[in-house]
Amino acid sequence: MIFSELHENKKAQLIIGFFIGMAFGSLLFIGGVTKYDVIIGQLLLTDFTVIKIMLTAVVVGMIGVYAMKSKGVVELHPKPGSFGSTVLGGIIFGAGFAVLGYCPGTVAGAVGGGSLDALFGGVFGILIGAGIFAWIYPSIYEKILARGEFKTETIPEALHLNSRIVVIVFLVFILSVLAGLEYFGL
Amino acid sequence: MNWIPYIAGAGIGVLSWFAFLVSNKAIGCSTAYTRTFGMLESLISGNHVEENPYYQKFKPEIDWEWMLVLGIFFGSFATAIITGGFALSWVPGLFEEKFGYDPILRLIFALVGGILMGIGSRWAGGCTSGHGISGTLQLAVSGWIAVIVFFISGITAAMLLYGVIW
Repeated sequence: MIFSELHENKKAQLIIGFFIGMAFGSLLFIGGVTKYDVIIGQLLLTDFTVIKIMLTAVVVGMIGVYAMKSKGVVELHPKPGSFGSTVLGGIIFGAGFAVLGYCPGTVAGAVGGGSLDALFGGVFGILIGAGIFAWIYPSIYEKILARGEFKTETIPEALHLNSRIVVIVFLVFILSVLAGLEYFGL
Repeated sequence: MNWIPYIAGAGIGVLSWFAFLVSNKAIGCSTAYTRTFGMLESLISGNHVEENPYYQKFKPEIDWEWMLVLGIFFGSFATAIITGGFALSWVPGLFEEKFGYDPILRLIFALVGGILMGIGSRWAGGCTSGHGISGTLQLAVSGWIAVIVFFISGITAAMLLYGVIW
């Protein structure tokens, strides 16, 4: 990869991480998703800003990342998953999402925008929750987290299809959803 | 038509290119909280932390993702100041409409929600960014399943909380 040397430079990476984070935080704020009302509005299906931002990011990100991957410039980092981990964890996450009204990234942006509930409740809560998980992890790993592991990491592998075809199908699907949201004025 | 969500979304998509290209990483946020808790814990209980297998997987140290989350705070803060959108607040508008203006009640909700989210994001192995954006754009099986479950569970919980259903 062309930036292999840069990837190994730990100090440079910390600085790059910070600047990518700055841009990310700025975009989250401009998009409005650092606000509790916008996130809860999405979960109550009265405001579709969150879905629009996520799906647009996925469309643009997918095209670029898969194009670079096909040229051998980048490599993918799909996460492994299982029913015990991804599905059960996802259910707990969703409950937290609705009660808190921010997520681990947007809560930091919300604090930047002046939301004191995000700082004194959200950030502390997520820290405590992450600590509790680290604490229970050894006892739930085999019994729960490792149950029903997904056999493949990516959808093209799972379907035994060329990734180009799957990317195109997903792009058409996502763009249709976005067009549908605009058509119905959501 | 409001173009702002699409512009913000496209910008985040482009940022993900840079993350893959320049840092060989996918954007994510939730492990930073585990690392921070580990660092705080090691301040109090010393090397005890290193015995936990979870902290062997995610070392309690400042890494790329930790700096990313710090950057989110500063980026949002700077943008809020520049655009005049910075406002100190304890209780968000929708919360006030439903539960009244009660900062203590809001803090209790935020703390409980945060704890659930901290446990859930690590349990699921990622959050709205790591699974929801980075995972899905890579066509990861775990990413698509996670984001679908996040929203089904989140929508159900929000509708129960706000009395839309039941």
